[in-house]
Amino acid sequence: MRPHGDSWAKPPFPNAGADARRRAGACIALLVALLLLPPLLAGAEAGSWPTPPATAEPPPQVSGPLRGGTADHTKFKELQGPFESGPEVTRACLGCHTETGKHFMRNIHWTWSYQNPDTGQQLGKKYLINNFCTNSRGNEGMCAQCHAGYGWKDEHFDFTDETNIDCLVCHETTGTYYKTPNSEGSPACSVMFEGKPPIDLAAAAQSVDLPQRANCGACHFNGGGGDNVKHGDLSSALKAPPRTLDVHMGVDGLNFACSACHVTNQHVWAGSRYKVVSKDTEGTGLPGQRTDVATCESCHGLAPHPVDSLAAFKLNDHVQSVACQTCHIPAFARGGVATVVDWDWRTAGRTRDGEGYHEEGYIQGNGEHRYTYKSIKGDFTYAENLVPDYAWFDGQMVYTTIETKFDPAAESIDINGFTGSREDARSRIWPFKRMHTWQPYDKGNGTLVYTHLWGEDDAAYWGNYDMGAAIAKGMADFGLDYSGEYGFIETISWWPITHMVAPKEEALACGDCHTPDGSRLASVAGVYIPGRDRNAWLDTIGTILAFGTLAGILIHGLVRFFSSKGEHH
Amino acid sequence: MAMRRVKIFSLFERFWHWAQMLLIVVLLFTGFGLHGFHGLFSFEDAVTLHTGAAMALLVLWAFGTFWLFTTRSWRHFIPTIHGMWGVFRYYSFGIFRGERHPYRKAYWRKHNPLQALAYTMLKLVLFPAIWISGLIYLFYFSWRNLPHAPEYLQGVAFVHTAAAFAILTFAFIHVYMLTTGHSFRDHVMPMVTGFDDVDLTPEEEAYLRKDQPEDIR
Repeated sequence: MRPHGDSWAKPPFPNAGADARRRAGACIALLVALLLLPPLLAGAEAGSWPTPPATAEPPPQVSGPLRGGTADHTKFKELQGPFESGPEVTRACLGCHTETGKHFMRNIHWTWSYQNPDTGQQLGKKYLINNFCTNSRGNEGMCAQCHAGYGWKDEHFDFTDETNIDCLVCHETTGTYYKTPNSEGSPACSVMFEGKPPIDLAAAAQSVDLPQRANCGACHFNGGGGDNVKHGDLSSALKAPPRTLDVHMGVDGLNFACSACHVTNQHVWAGSRYKVVSKDTEGTGLPGQRTDVATCESCHGLAPHPVDSLAAFKLNDHVQSVACQTCHIPAFARGGVATVVDWDWRTAGRTRDGEGYHEEGYIQGNGEHRYTYKSIKGDFTYAENLVPDYAWFDGQMVYTTIETKFDPAAESIDINGFTGSREDARSRIWPFKRMHTWQPYDKGNGTLVYTHLWGEDDAAYWGNYDMGAAIAKGMADFGLDYSGEYGFIETISWWPITHMVAPKEEALACGDCHTPDGSRLASVAGVYIPGRDRNAWLDTIGTILAFGTLAGILIHGLVRFFSSKGEHH
Repeated sequence: MAMRRVKIFSLFERFWHWAQMLLIVVLLFTGFGLHGFHGLFSFEDAVTLHTGAAMALLVLWAFGTFWLFTTRSWRHFIPTIHGMWGVFRYYSFGIFRGERHPYRKAYWRKHNPLQALAYTMLKLVLFPAIWISGLIYLFYFSWRNLPHAPEYLQGVAFVHTAAAFAILTFAFIHVYMLTTGHSFRDHVMPMVTGFDDVDLTPEEEAYLRKDQPEDIR
């Protein structure tokens, strides 16, 4: 590891918040019943006492975050090269980092598989269908460019071979490293990847460092098939963002790498969209703890607003109901890079002279043109500086998978619906990007479909443009039942917004939600929001009472004025 | 019995009254702003002012209540039927004929019966309704995890809003009443100087002249 000082994790913010909360609690207790105070305070501290007894085998020590580094990789003879291939570099890495292969193979960047412990649902990119390019399954030759390994193109990939791990894509810092599809695909597509310069693998290997934003961003900024297409809050604008775009990642501010928040333990990262921590009730924990979450609270505590005003006191109360992101990310797809909000597969497959084509129809904030039509994918609608949708969210996403049966006549399908309500203690009001798509499905059986998009054969949609054939092969390759009749159905996917945190001075003001007209939370149910909500009857009666009285006074006064003229005492 | 200028509102009582007036005006303005009736303040400023004024008023009321009981002044507010009809009749008819207000302030009865009843109801019903509902409202986040908390909050908000409408109505009537009987100025000045015309018994007058000469002119 090169000496390096920018990447750091878990800054030790003073935890003023917990004290403030305790004070607030004491105030309330005083108001309710002074006598109850001592037992209340005693109860609050009961959890941490007495100290648990020492075990015979002490757990491993919790070290601080990696900082500075202890080795200069340019000096390692193992990395002098020349290297013929990526796996050769990996072999060199594993020569010193003896346990890393085993660690890495457990993480989702390698497995592309995740089984939800609560719902039992088999999730992960390997299996899921989204409403962008739909499915990676069967299309790994293309999609697994973003697999952190070498050569996954079909079901025969060896997930147990450590040398298949791609260390460089995450750790090299020359910016010259790139990946190409693992299989050739149709000539109509492979032409896109021709003529790239060769990679100097030795230089890349010697440049390794903790992952930079550009490393993670190579895939995560391009989810859904292009810059910011999928998430809306993860775009190339975050490679070198100003503080105003993201207060943590800003190069003129804290300059956080992704792993400053997505803390890492043996190549397993905190922060999952499959199982979101929607409400962190633990806060910062003790020094060195909380290396398993990427929540705001794990650094900022449970009372994050310094209590220097009454408003700050109320804001800290809101933490129970409102996710930090809701106020502190006033808009997403900022920084000049647009996101796709609508995708229509129905129009895919048009050709000119038998060839696929694309059209540019949108110029985004940074001046770049974006494709609004591609023969291989259909029509896209872009948007920037978007106000999120808001809803109660308990952190649990419920996916419509290839196994899910639904009513074929349904108006729309939630690709990843979510649950949450005011009554649920884990739920808070979260911001979401809503993605709407018309995509192919099995009309006869009422299921989503695996579409065979990428391949060298005649059925691959990309190159042949026959949706029926692509679905038939996509399903048959995995032994799935297909009725033979496909249609297009509207699907919605929901993307919790959590990046592009604006500086505090740009956070939402109270009145953005607490207002009768145009409240940001206008559609959030199950809660009475002062300023937004009212009882029309009460307001009408009250107004009549007050203004009726004024009118009565006016009449009374006029009668007095005219009747008593000249008789004043 | 003789009419004399007597100090009936002590310095604290006058401070109480005017501070309370100021705070209630602030509370009504900011409160109806929070409710969405006007946008003269940002929600944050309105909440800050509203809560600050409410806390100040609660402290004032704590002192006021203490003062009422330690000075025995609470007895001015004991409801009485005596003389009620005359006052009622006056506001309904007599006032239009330019009649004189039938009530004479007594040293230990400085409010007319209708006034005393109105103030008593204000102190015992409207004010408690608004401050108790207000505190429950303010500390919502300490009881939000109770089952059905949002429904309770809605109920609390309705009580609070209803009480606010009632207090606004009271304020309109209260100010209008100052124009009845004597001049507006004659009604306001006692609350400024503390002195008003009071029907004193010879014993009261003798007592005041001897023991509190500064309170009688």
